[in-house]
Amino acid sequence: MPAKTYATPGAAFAGGVGDAFKVSVWVVFASMTGFGSLARDSGLTLGVSMVSSGAIWGLPGQIAFAELYATGAPVLAIILAVSLANVRFLPMTVAMMPLFREGVKNRAWHYVLAQLASVNTWAAAMRVCPHLPHELRAPYYVGFSIVCMLAGLAGTATGFVLAVEFPPVVTLSLVFLNPVYFTIVFADVRHRAGVIALLIGAVGGPLFYQLSPDWGLLATGAIGGALAYLVDRILRRRHE
Amino acid sequence: MNDIGLWLLLILAIGSTYVWRGLGVVISGRINPEGEAFRVVSCVAYALLAGLISRMIVLPTGALAETPVFDRVFSTIVGVGVFFLFKRNVLLGTFGGVAVFLVLSVMRAGS
Repeated sequence: MPAKTYATPGAAFAGGVGDAFKVSVWVVFASMTGFGSLARDSGLTLGVSMVSSGAIWGLPGQIAFAELYATGAPVLAIILAVSLANVRFLPMTVAMMPLFREGVKNRAWHYVLAQLASVNTWAAAMRVCPHLPHELRAPYYVGFSIVCMLAGLAGTATGFVLAVEFPPVVTLSLVFLNPVYFTIVFADVRHRAGVIALLIGAVGGPLFYQLSPDWGLLATGAIGGALAYLVDRILRRRHE
Repeated sequence: MNDIGLWLLLILAIGSTYVWRGLGVVISGRINPEGEAFRVVSCVAYALLAGLISRMIVLPTGALAETPVFDRVFSTIVGVGVFFLFKRNVLLGTFGGVAVFLVLSVMRAGS
């Protein structure tokens, strides 16, 4: 990743928009097309599907919402499943917000920035923003995130409308696009602690899920993350 | 469930997601970005996301669960391979992996 910067906040915003169009916009559009199809299949309305894309803004939770609604699960089970599928936003937000602490003094805006985070936009912020001056970070991130969100809304609508036209294998492939894309994004993570955490998490995820479908994901993050931190710390000590 | 019920359900789902984001903002204000706590939280975020994604591939829920695990794992490996082969082109890797999955699914449906 070459370190680049921008002259003004406006240029940083435009830079974020431009970077989003390189990959993320297309992937978000395609994967939300898959969600739109799934949503229609599950009996959601177009309005509910689109609002869920913009306001939940986290595909695993949205998929849980649509699938559990379709199976007629109890309300509490649906809400808990959506919440647990999206619990990743807690550590993600904690990890990301310090990037904006100096550049965005009004704390109220931090709550808006947090809403824009998805795995896509979070990964972009974590990769690019540390190399930018403080006052350019939020504009870059907002530019990147807003076009991704618009692409997500457009994709949801497209998938919903075209669901009846697509063969089921196409819808299924669009749903499958998400894990493939995120695997590739994370295959590109370089810093040692991140790599260790990703490897431990990838092994731990399915194992803990089998122990407890409800709590497995949290356990993977907590136990896997702590273990990765300790391994990295031991390696750091050894090099000092 | 009627339309109003569905919208209420959606609002609850949105709120139950935002709780984590909002809590994240509150907590982030209290930790030092250069400190050890920040490193721990980053590790937790990465481990949790990796766990989620590998579970979506190995043990998916819903319609994907009907597909063979070989197809899902093989397609993902091809996607990552294409990504590294073509100068880290994320778009090519992603759609390459999905294309392999689509072809495998179509072949199985046809046989």
